[in-house]
Amino acid sequence: MQEFTESRHNFEECMKCTVCTAYCPVLQVNPLYPGPKQAGPDGERLRLKDPYFFNYALKYCMNCKRCEVACPSGVRVADLIQSARIKYDKSAPKLRDRILASTDFMGRLARPFAPIVNGVTSLGVTKTVLDATMKIDHHRSFPKYSARSFERWLGRRAKEQAAFPEQVAYFHGCYVNYNYPQLGKDLVKVLNALGVGVQLLDKEKCCGIAMITNGMTGLATRHAQHNVEVLGKAVDNGLKVVTTSSTCVFTLRDEYPHLLGVDNSAVRESLLIATRFIFEKLEKGAQLHFRDDFHMKVAYHTPCHMERMGWGVFSEKLLRMIPGVEFTLLDSACCGIAGTYGFKKENYQASQEIGQALFDQIARVAPDVVACDCETCKWQIEMSTGFKVMNPVSILAEALKTDED
Amino acid sequence: MVIFADMNHIMSANEFDVIIIGGGITGAGTQRDCTMRGLRTLLIERTDIATGATGRNHGLLHSGARYAVNDAESARECIEENMILRKIASHCIDETDGLFITLPEDDLGYQQTFVDACRSAGIAAEIIDPDLARRLEPSVNPALIGAVKVPDGSVDPFRLCAANMLDAKLHGGQVRLYTEVTGFIREGDRVKGVHTLNHQTGEQEDYFAPVIVNACGIWGHHIAEMAGVNVGMFPAKGSLLIFAHRVNNVVINRCRKPSNADILVPGDTVCVIGTTSTRIPFEECDNVAVTPDEVDLLINEGAKLAPSLASTRILRAYAGVRPLVSADNDPSGRNISRGIVCLDHEERDGLKGFVTITGGKLMTYRLMAEMATDTVCRKLGVDKACETAVTPLPGSEERSYEAVAQKIWESPSTAQKAAASRMGTRARRIRSENRLDNALICECEEVSVGEVNAAIERLDVSTLTDLRRRTRIGMGTCQGEFCACRAAGLLAKAHGCIEKERADLSDFLQERWKGNFPIGWGDTLREAEYTQWVYKHVLGL
Repeated sequence: MQEFTESRHNFEECMKCTVCTAYCPVLQVNPLYPGPKQAGPDGERLRLKDPYFFNYALKYCMNCKRCEVACPSGVRVADLIQSARIKYDKSAPKLRDRILASTDFMGRLARPFAPIVNGVTSLGVTKTVLDATMKIDHHRSFPKYSARSFERWLGRRAKEQAAFPEQVAYFHGCYVNYNYPQLGKDLVKVLNALGVGVQLLDKEKCCGIAMITNGMTGLATRHAQHNVEVLGKAVDNGLKVVTTSSTCVFTLRDEYPHLLGVDNSAVRESLLIATRFIFEKLEKGAQLHFRDDFHMKVAYHTPCHMERMGWGVFSEKLLRMIPGVEFTLLDSACCGIAGTYGFKKENYQASQEIGQALFDQIARVAPDVVACDCETCKWQIEMSTGFKVMNPVSILAEALKTDED
Repeated sequence: MVIFADMNHIMSANEFDVIIIGGGITGAGTQRDCTMRGLRTLLIERTDIATGATGRNHGLLHSGARYAVNDAESARECIEENMILRKIASHCIDETDGLFITLPEDDLGYQQTFVDACRSAGIAAEIIDPDLARRLEPSVNPALIGAVKVPDGSVDPFRLCAANMLDAKLHGGQVRLYTEVTGFIREGDRVKGVHTLNHQTGEQEDYFAPVIVNACGIWGHHIAEMAGVNVGMFPAKGSLLIFAHRVNNVVINRCRKPSNADILVPGDTVCVIGTTSTRIPFEECDNVAVTPDEVDLLINEGAKLAPSLASTRILRAYAGVRPLVSADNDPSGRNISRGIVCLDHEERDGLKGFVTITGGKLMTYRLMAEMATDTVCRKLGVDKACETAVTPLPGSEERSYEAVAQKIWESPSTAQKAAASRMGTRARRIRSENRLDNALICECEEVSVGEVNAAIERLDVSTLTDLRRRTRIGMGTCQGEFCACRAAGLLAKAHGCIEKERADLSDFLQERWKGNFPIGWGDTLREAEYTQWVYKHVLGL
């Protein structure tokens, strides 16, 4: 008799119930994909026999983790698939994949020339060229770069922020830093209103999720080690670390130990999505004051990684709390972009088909804005529906009563 | 030989040159050898192929190292056959290599004795650094203080048995499965035929041949008695556990005198720890059960070879019966031989036309078959050399399954790669014209409709259990939960009988549960329960 059994990513706990297969968004639209059960726990047994049984079609996995949410047995299906890709896919990442994955590097490169870069990437001819040469689908638009980085903005306000009685560290991620500092500013506004000052980490690096899914594991691991170290400094100082990107925080918490083997146990519990941090503050009695004249029809889309962490509820509750918000919770569905996945020409069609049900529902609800905690979901929904997408934190910031009010 | 001289006459459908009783690896190998030497053969098997000791062992391709110290002759036979099987049965074999590890509680001094014995038996045994052993096989007990590398491997006994039988059939041999020998037809001091009963049709039939070979393993004891001679066998039960995935990719043995549960063999998608050894009465041979004590012993001792076994999901427990034979003329059975025993009962007991081939082991089946066939040929006056050591079995014409898969399919799917690993070059016969052919029957082991149909068409499949032995359906972690009903559909179609197939499906699931029961806890129990919901409550079986 055995007391307990264990296996890598719990693959032996699979009961073959096939619920994951029913929930996989990719399998619904792409017959080339073997599906999570086949690619995950089933395939693992064959791969353990001989790496020859590795199937390159595993690249069609979006890493949305919906299979893991569906699994009643706790099998980390998507982790199995991504781990297998890391371990067995020996093909070098293409130039395109390297560029798409290097959000950090590209941001640093583009920022000083932001107006020019933004102009060039939005040109139809550029898109046509990228499509033909690099297989980056021409329907996609690159996110605009900001001329000023968020780090610089907050760095200048360090003293003012340090004056607040309570402190939190902010892992802003590449998107806030290079593309959309306004979201970071919105967070600072909301946290300051709660009496919380915001600090930068001691030079964070990109969380590395795009590197992980694009076969750049070595670089991702170095980023992870660096980030765990700088997060550790903040946590040692008694700080919680918040993010405004569901995928960044998910990567820092779960992908590091599961996929990269980087031990983050010292910091993991201190890493939170901002809406959870804010919600918990309010639960404990903190107060936010909202504008009386605020009105907004909001439809909330739960990003897949938010769903995996079980944290969608925090964003939902916060939004419902705002007077003047007419709230709709959108059906649980993947928008189809999955980070860099949907940018690739070979995935574009599948990506749009996966998101179609969500796009249709948004059109029916016809909200003023769609709320969502993930930047790539935002790009996908804005491109595919024409509706404006805002992070719940930005909606909160907009609804806040300020001194001028 | 008068009877043989009559061969120019047209023989009746029930007349053969040699009848082989027993559809295990020895019988199948003997039939192949006899047919290749031009004899008309009939093989009779009471149930299905490989149901006795053939299919109930480790599936270890012994290097012979295990026997080197105590039984140099067996060791030499093993290493010679080991090298032969790599060439003629490549699609049944996984060339994994093996380690003999010394743990802190073992005597490291034994290592040198062991290596010397291996070398004098012709086994390439190499003492390696424990660090290297840990790198070669990361699952090995890290506490090891010594390691020897030997050319062990693993072999799929079902596949090997089916391939031998298939080759015999391709050479004109005939096979009657589910047919039991109920008596011998004698004429004076000569056996000249058998009475048989087909358990599936109820038909009784007599078959005739000048030589009859008893290749029934432990059941050969009764067959010999039925023929009027005494062989003197002793059944010894050995129990084993199957773990749900490969923990190791290199065979791990203990470098000490052979003992319980000291071999861990990776085989296909699983690994197997064994064995125990207990004498049992003959009445138990048809229904051996694994006891809780044996399960505990196997887990505890197994964890000494690879510590992760203690917490690795177990799929099944099973037991086989070794046919131990007393050295001839020692009826007490004290002097047991594990070597090959080939008895010409004409010389030994004055009974003409009857040969017993037994003892030995899976590893040496080909040599046993050669010895039996030599005896048969001598009795029939046939002078033809044995070619089984140099002629590949059907499916083994290529050495690697990668080469096979790449030759057949431009970009093989996982199921096609898996099929190539199971069928070798015969994977060519799998139809894959449409989506249905490529659909999966067994998801755990990646067995397609095309592969199942190929087995049904060529490999004498009556039941789902037969199909399992030939394709691995139902051998994966779900133990038939999903594949059984799908495969039953194909069998019902092939045999044109739904009612019979429904009963077969029940039997199959019952048989799967039998192996789950002794280790019925944790995930395996959950899975078995889930299977029960599916079949009882959803499908109404």
